[in-house]
Amino acid sequence: MVNSGGSFSKRCVNRWHRWQRIMSTNNISQARKLVEQLRIDAGIERTKVSKAAAEMMNYCEMHAHRDPLLVGLPTSGNPFKDQKPCIIL
Amino acid sequence: IGSHNFKEICFFERNKSCKIYSLSFFFLLPASALTTGIYMIFSTNPEMATQEVQPNETLTNLKAESDTLKTKLEDERAKLHDVELHQVAEKVDGLGQFIMKTRRTLKGHGNKVLCMDWCKDKRRIVSSSQDGKVIVWDAFTTNKEHAVTMPCTWVMACAYAPSGCAVACGGLDNKCSVYPLSLDKNENLAAKKKSVAMHTNYLSACSFTNSDMQILTSSGDGTCALWDVESGQLLQSFHGHTADVLCLDLAPSETGNTFVSGGCDKKANVWDMRSGQCIQSFETHESDINSVRYYPSGDAFASGSDDATCRLYDLRADREVAIYSKESIIFGASSVDFSLSGRLLFGGYNDYTINVWDVLKGTRVSILFGHENRVSTLRLSPDGTAFCTGSWDHTLRIWA
Repeated sequence: MVNSGGSFSKRCVNRWHRWQRIMSTNNISQARKLVEQLRIDAGIERTKVSKAAAEMMNYCEMHAHRDPLLVGLPTSGNPFKDQKPCIIL
Repeated sequence: IGSHNFKEICFFERNKSCKIYSLSFFFLLPASALTTGIYMIFSTNPEMATQEVQPNETLTNLKAESDTLKTKLEDERAKLHDVELHQVAEKVDGLGQFIMKTRRTLKGHGNKVLCMDWCKDKRRIVSSSQDGKVIVWDAFTTNKEHAVTMPCTWVMACAYAPSGCAVACGGLDNKCSVYPLSLDKNENLAAKKKSVAMHTNYLSACSFTNSDMQILTSSGDGTCALWDVESGQLLQSFHGHTADVLCLDLAPSETGNTFVSGGCDKKANVWDMRSGQCIQSFETHESDINSVRYYPSGDAFASGSDDATCRLYDLRADREVAIYSKESIIFGASSVDFSLSGRLLFGGYNDYTINVWDVLKGTRVSILFGHENRVSTLRLSPDGTAFCTGSWDHTLRIWA
């Protein structure tokens, strides 16, 4: 792998050139990955915020009645809320 | 992923006029080296000499293309940003006063509680702490059912299996281990431990998928990974974060095979579990993202960050749609979760409080006090009747 022929300075220069090629190829692969990711991002379907917000509101309204923390279960319905104090028989 | 000290990255490049096959190896130098690695190229192409001209051209082209794509994306996103969520929500009724109190306090950890998870039976909880202890509690009675001491400290992740028969945990040991829970209290749980995941840095979060058979993990090494529990095999890895990944959340099962992760690179990424591809990425936070949680419908997710804000991102609009912040809140949010209907967002903060936000209107509904140190973890119970918080004050509290 390492170029063992030639003088010391020549070997240094060769290594420097190899390093430059390596770094530029590294930059290319990174740039390529970025472009691929951006292509994927550009391709996805998007809706308007107004539409997405309306659907979110709809979901909240539909499920609000069965949200115990929102509507508040009666004490007897929530296992964590304290029941009547224990009576020692 | 693994304890190897080098990674192989192989790729094929095919040029129009000539075929260039190159393999590049990435070697990690010892810590004393200034550079992060040396690439070496083997090429079977005799025209190697011309590569000095070609790489620069291709780089320019790629850069130009990425710039055009970025502008195009910005334009498209701007076009769709026709209104703000809180404007649309103006016609919704406001929420009344909320009275939520600590209903149970779980004491027993000897050090900071770092993570907790509910069992599907809505009453059992697993929690992990800095001193390596993992405890399974019955939240109704506050009794401890099982306790395991991990061989490492800072157990930052723990999860309950969907069946309720096992717990997974991990932290500074870079591994995720699964402990089957037995009914026999005297049995030594540590003996049956199974190491499932192996990362090259600390485990920050773990979660079972829909079954006991697969675990999803995120790590300080910047990756997430999907593992098969039985064999310990890596099924899929997810690369894309450029810093530690701190949190993850699986999409609600109705919406398919995706999950979201948040990291120290301020990005929240949505991933396809089958292909390993990052399908959406959001970068609007100003600091590390500590927690991500899907909206109950699966069409959005919330994030909590060290920049003292929580934000809501809508996946179909592909943008941030709400910021939950106040000038008086200056400490980071460590964990977030939605109420069952998605109308409320609970955030545990480093200033020892829990802020409750109206998701649609963007206003704070309530602030809860009780913990004596920062809140590190917060999860809603499976039936939505209560939520549990874990704190650095060594306790867990159940709120309802």
